[in-house]
Amino acid sequence: MAQQTIEQGLPPRPDNGTELLDVPDGWEAREVEQFLYREARLADENDYDGWEALWTDDAIYWVPVDGEGDHPRTTVSIIFDNRSRISTRMKQVKTGKRYAQAPPSNLRRIIGNVELLGGRANAEGGVDIEIGANVLAFESRPRGNTLWGGRTTYRLRRVDGQILLAYKKVVLVDNEQAVPTLGFLI
Amino acid sequence: MTAVVPSESEVQEGGSRYDRLIQPARVHGTLYTDPSIFAEELRKIWHKTWVFVGHESEVPQVNDYVRKQLADQDVVMTRDKEGEVHLLINRCAHRGLQVCDDKAGNSSSFRCPYHGWTYRNTGELLGYPYNKGYGGKKQLPLGMGKVARVASYQGFVFGSLAAEGQSLEDHLGAAKGEIDRLVGLSPEGKVSLDAGWLRHKTRSNWKFLAENETDGYHPQFVHGSIFGVTGSPIGELYSDNSTAVTRNLGDGHSENDLRPEFRGFAEPMRWFGTTPDRVPNYVAAMKEAHGEDADRLMIEGAPHVMIFPNLFIAEIQVFNIQPVAVGECVQYATAVQFDGGHELNMRMVSQSIGSVGPAGMLLADDTEMYERNQRGVAMADPEWLDVRRGLHRESVDEDGFTIGTATDETGMRGFWNHYKSLMEAED
Ligand code: FES
Ligand SMILES: [Fe+2]
Repeated sequence: MAQQTIEQGLPPRPDNGTELLDVPDGWEAREVEQFLYREARLADENDYDGWEALWTDDAIYWVPVDGEGDHPRTTVSIIFDNRSRISTRMKQVKTGKRYAQAPPSNLRRIIGNVELLGGRANAEGGVDIEIGANVLAFESRPRGNTLWGGRTTYRLRRVDGQILLAYKKVVLVDNEQAVPTLGFLI
Repeated sequence: MTAVVPSESEVQEGGSRYDRLIQPARVHGTLYTDPSIFAEELRKIWHKTWVFVGHESEVPQVNDYVRKQLADQDVVMTRDKEGEVHLLINRCAHRGLQVCDDKAGNSSSFRCPYHGWTYRNTGELLGYPYNKGYGGKKQLPLGMGKVARVASYQGFVFGSLAAEGQSLEDHLGAAKGEIDRLVGLSPEGKVSLDAGWLRHKTRSNWKFLAENETDGYHPQFVHGSIFGVTGSPIGELYSDNSTAVTRNLGDGHSENDLRPEFRGFAEPMRWFGTTPDRVPNYVAAMKEAHGEDADRLMIEGAPHVMIFPNLFIAEIQVFNIQPVAVGECVQYATAVQFDGGHELNMRMVSQSIGSVGPAGMLLADDTEMYERNQRGVAMADPEWLDVRRGLHRESVDEDGFTIGTATDETGMRGFWNHYKSLMEAED
């Protein structure tokens, strides 16, 4: 009974709510990759304004725990940000007193194995392109260096001729273990 | 060139080692860095006293199991066919392998992968292949190791590796009332910890975490960045003119009692940062369940209590701290879920994701502090950490507990007192 009430009020998981469609027309692999590399560089260089400007209003930024993760509304995640929480996160770090990032991490990451996976219907009636890639990020901090590996799923959308990021899910290779503080933008 | 300078603490005469290292107003840095002290803590605290391990709601059905950590021990929390909860040490009685590989599941038995010995989920040996080698079936008086004593309070499961000792209820003492307060906020009088666990690896000694949990001096500084950008009123609860108190509950337990502040506002659900009209079903269910008392419960809110040595209830989150090495521990965190409080549950998951765990907007900053603490105590001078804040203005409340103001180190001193008594005991 109680369980049912919970399930009734639950939106679908953001990663399997709708079926995967064909890759929508008008997307070039090269252009997609250039966008992903730019997003990675903005994150690596702690350019918070530039990075925040990449997101759509219905954005989801998700880093689950335990494999692919469970439903993020009933199970804890490392990060599960909507657009407003992304904004709060950026405001906090820009105070310069977000100590987990003050001083900021020194970072460089490689994005590879980029695949155009298909299309996902979005709430605005359009279809976003879904992309999979691997990421390896090297983080240097006073506490020591950390190598973060993961599989990233992105959804991109064209809005007024510009490419924006609607969804980013990073499944850390290490996420079934205890992980150190993840203060930077993975 | 320079001779090794004996530390100030070691040249003082008289008293036990821990008498010298733990004084009323200061504690010695080696308590956080000396591997021999850590080894002694494992024996005298983690293998002896009651340690929080998990919650019964993590094994809701008969034969459910889930892997857990009790300090350096890999344990499996199981529920047997009678519904009783056990903590098995995950080690085969034959040649020592880890018997259970899966993180969680449902099974009445476990089979060791090396030579196929099987064990019931109570730890009892069920059988072994080619039994003639042992003179027949059921010849071996062996089984999986077990955490000697298992007990739970309001579903919170604790284990003690020592066969003898005080009961869990005696250990919890006054902290029981704080757990009751949490559970009282569930319309069904029950909480669950089934929203999964964040696992945050922390390069710090476990005691820095335990001490910080009721340190009301740091929030305005460490968390100023998030309080400021969200307009959170939490910082004010820990200011110089707050009416909240820090209470030493005895036996190493302590709390920040925020009730005086919330009673002053007298607004139900303010403790959760919301108002009754935004959670009408929850408020109605609380009134139905608690009648006259409901308003008081919803005004006073959830506890902020550190239960020695490793259970921290921070209003809507539960933390489980487990040591790994002298300079490393794991803080596990989850969102409290109120049975019958569905309207709040998703909000508590969402708030917990925002604040705790490796990327949390609160706890990642605390963790940064612990890690800097740890690097700091490796430095030579000064050798001591100061814990005297509020010592001159402590008082005793009507229940006989020592209290300090919202920002005093009363909880820390309670922690060290108890720690000393355990460490001075014979092995
Ligand atoms: S070590 Fe487990 S059966 Fe041999
Ligand atoms: Fe804190």
